[in-house]
Amino acid sequence: MSTTAEHRATEVPPILRVEGLNATIAGQQVVEDVSFTVPATGITALLGRNGVGKTSTIKAIIGLIDRAGVVELDGERIEKEATFKIIRSGVGYVPEDREVFSKLTVAENLRLAERDAAPRRQLVEELFPDLLARSAQMAGTLSGGQQQMVSLARALLNTNKILLVDEPTKGLAPKIVGEVAETLAEAAKTVPILLVEQNLHVVGQLAEGAVVLSGGRVVHTGPARDFLEDAGLIQRHLGVSTDSGPAGELAGKPAGQPVEKGAAL
Amino acid sequence: MSTVVLLMFTGLGLGALYFLVAAGLSLIYGLMGVLNFAHGAFLTLGAFAGWEIARRAGSDNWGTFLLSLVIGAAAGAAFAAFTEFVLIRRLYQRHIEQVLVTVGLALAAVALFDGIWGTDPVFIQGPAWFKDTTEILGARIPNDRFVCIVAAVMVLLALVFFLKKTRYGMIIRAGVENRSMVTALGIDVRKAFTLVFTIGGAAAGLGGVLASHYFGYVSPMLGGSLLIFAFIVTVIGGLGSLTGAAIAAVAVAVLQQFANFYLGGTGDFVVVLALALVLLFRPTGLLGRTS
Amino acid sequence: MTTDTDTNSSGGPASDGGATPRPGKNRTRKHDAREPGGDPGVRRPAITGRRLTMWAAGLAGVLLLVLLPLLNISLPGMLPGPSYTPGSLQLLAMCMLMAAAALTYHLLLGVAGLLSFGHALYFGAGVYGLAVILQNMDIPLLPAMGLTLLIVIVLAHVVGSISLRVSGIPFAMVTLAFAQAGSVIVGRNPDGRTGGDEGLTLRTDNLPDFLVGVVNTRNLYWLALAVLVAVFVIVTWVQSSRAGHAAAAVRENELRVRVLGLQPYLVKLLIFVLSAVLVCVIGMVFLLLQSGAVPRAISSDLTITLLVMVVLGGVGSRWGAVIGGVFYTVLDQRLTALANSEAVKSLPDVLRVPLSEPLFILGTLFILVVLFLPGGVTGTAERLAQRRRRGNRRAGNQGAETPRDILEDAA
Repeated sequence: MSTTAEHRATEVPPILRVEGLNATIAGQQVVEDVSFTVPATGITALLGRNGVGKTSTIKAIIGLIDRAGVVELDGERIEKEATFKIIRSGVGYVPEDREVFSKLTVAENLRLAERDAAPRRQLVEELFPDLLARSAQMAGTLSGGQQQMVSLARALLNTNKILLVDEPTKGLAPKIVGEVAETLAEAAKTVPILLVEQNLHVVGQLAEGAVVLSGGRVVHTGPARDFLEDAGLIQRHLGVSTDSGPAGELAGKPAGQPVEKGAAL
Repeated sequence: MSTVVLLMFTGLGLGALYFLVAAGLSLIYGLMGVLNFAHGAFLTLGAFAGWEIARRAGSDNWGTFLLSLVIGAAAGAAFAAFTEFVLIRRLYQRHIEQVLVTVGLALAAVALFDGIWGTDPVFIQGPAWFKDTTEILGARIPNDRFVCIVAAVMVLLALVFFLKKTRYGMIIRAGVENRSMVTALGIDVRKAFTLVFTIGGAAAGLGGVLASHYFGYVSPMLGGSLLIFAFIVTVIGGLGSLTGAAIAAVAVAVLQQFANFYLGGTGDFVVVLALALVLLFRPTGLLGRTS
Repeated sequence: MTTDTDTNSSGGPASDGGATPRPGKNRTRKHDAREPGGDPGVRRPAITGRRLTMWAAGLAGVLLLVLLPLLNISLPGMLPGPSYTPGSLQLLAMCMLMAAAALTYHLLLGVAGLLSFGHALYFGAGVYGLAVILQNMDIPLLPAMGLTLLIVIVLAHVVGSISLRVSGIPFAMVTLAFAQAGSVIVGRNPDGRTGGDEGLTLRTDNLPDFLVGVVNTRNLYWLALAVLVAVFVIVTWVQSSRAGHAAAAVRENELRVRVLGLQPYLVKLLIFVLSAVLVCVIGMVFLLLQSGAVPRAISSDLTITLLVMVVLGGVGSRWGAVIGGVFYTVLDQRLTALANSEAVKSLPDVLRVPLSEPLFILGTLFILVVLFLPGGVTGTAERLAQRRRRGNRRAGNQGAETPRDILEDAA
């Protein structure tokens, strides 16, 4: 499986290429010289400890924070473009903490996200029947899981070249984590995904490639399985001890069991 | 009793003017984080534009009055759109510099109005009906109060309709809540900025024409004096909240009128006191965001 | 002919110390090494040397200003007559008081990051407070000043402690509202004590003789000079004191200060009250100089004037505030003279109307400075000097906070 992924990565040009990316927030450097590529299929995980700059990297890619360096989407340089143009050129963004508009209804949240001439309302309704029933409800009154569905649905409404999904399972109940993972797996059949995820089980379940950040830099790239099976690497870069068993087992824990609640992954 | 009713309606009329200024201020601040000191100049320009029309077309008929409202609103809107497009946009995300630019614009605009129309108040007349009074519960209420109230209510309804029912209204509401997420959905939020400025300028321009009838004159200082109370209204109402601005506008104006009458002309002072109390107990304003 | 317009960052000499140009500015404290990774060994003495030169120039300037009433110097275009004449001394004294007032505003905006729109309240309280007390009470000048000061201290504490519950733009609005209440009270003329729109003429019965009358303008001039020097020294001292450092730290990152166990609220209140007290003293001297109180002294226009001065001079710079204050006062005076000149009166309306409004020109100038010269006079001078010193190396002071940063800290 991983060999095919690698094979594809060398044959087909990557959908996203980041090179020498630097980013600042209020003058503080938060991303330093980060380089990696995301293949045109499957899910690539962006891993690292808390505060290492994963979310900032995602935000820098779409220009939500000041950045410099090379960002190439499907062969086009986008690092100088305005955020809304980058998104329109085919990026679906699912932010950390959902960021639904709490004073807008579910239907309004979705309508706001429609940018294709023919948004895929049907698909979204099939994936999230729950949202249809709650379309007149204020998004702020939804549960965390439901808000995550809205956030995912906003990205899935349009045809994208890539999805940037930032910690979709954060703070969700185990059952919902499973649902989110299923949705992502489903979505990944048609669109490549760059996924920031703390839950290593979800990573093992979904991701083919992995990019690991430490201290604002990339310290490891390769197939996700190789990384997850190397307890030493995990310990070093994520600060998680896996002495309860080999990392392979860790990746095979029952669905929805967060590895370690609040762990500094 | 009749005094209370009279004060009530006079307060409502004044509150209507406050609202017309505060609505734009509050939306602009809510969406863009810009404190617009030039908003008073939008109002003054609208008032003078309306007066110029009335002067040319004969001031005592309804047609002219309605036309002056349209022209006043258009003048305010055009000035506001120009401000956003030429000055504010260059300083995107630099909120304090945006404030400074609007301060400079207010200075320059008022000085220019001084130069064009003179510093003395220009007296203005509307349709004869404005000067009549209508008796409600024994109080004889000048009719121009009703005009202000009706106009402000219509503007409020139109704004609510626009915000609730149109796509741009939706973008503005979403932008007030979380601007960067709106751009992250692929929406060019700058269009909404120009739009909000234009709408705010139109409301202020309309308010200018109405204010000139309410007070009976136009002067280059007209906007500046209303602006300060509109600031108080937006802070009390909660920055970014249209409903808050409406409630606070009425509350502030009515309070001001009653204090002026019953507490020996201390209306302005009582309003500032009210502001202090709101800040002490609810710093985000009546309907403000709690973040 | 060589020009130094080529400021390509990568084309600079190797003395860059190998520091890669970073996309963002690195906001280290101004008092620390200015350019991490740069060549501090070369740059620091230059800075210190320049600072010494500045102080020496300042001292020489003060000396010159002290002697000015005894000299016969003519500055056509700037002063209405030779330097010893009351008209010139009056204008110069006004410049110095405005420069001092701008310095107190610098303390608020440039040091503590407080964008106040109500500073005129304390200036006006000094002007009107002293005028009303001298008018209605038979006490000598100094006790009257002390009493005024006491009132302002209480007032600043009350207003400051309420306004500081909010920050950024709401703070600007709230301070404006409070100042407006003061302005309205003065305009309402309670019991005929403030003179309403007409203002108050200074009652001179209890004033010492050497401060009264046109012949004594030079004494008032020296007083104004003393006030300016004192305010400058105090502001400098405050900025270098613990409170000043804390205030600057609060401005940049309130959270970090809170983590350090300091109370941002109290630090800001301290600066707020201090600048109110200083500007009140300036207001009292202003009253003596103008021998009267006018409503403009307590209007929001005055606050805006101070803000314009600070921004024109360069936010975050003491000399900038001084230069801005002097520049604005002189320009305002000259533009008024221009407006009344025959040359302007004979122009067609399209040119005559704007040119005969000094505030139109000043407002436009202000907008242009904010848009195109964010550092004001001092910031631009500094950039030019730096460009000259560093040849082709990229201009800009990456170590220190730029005026733009300081302004955004106030947001």
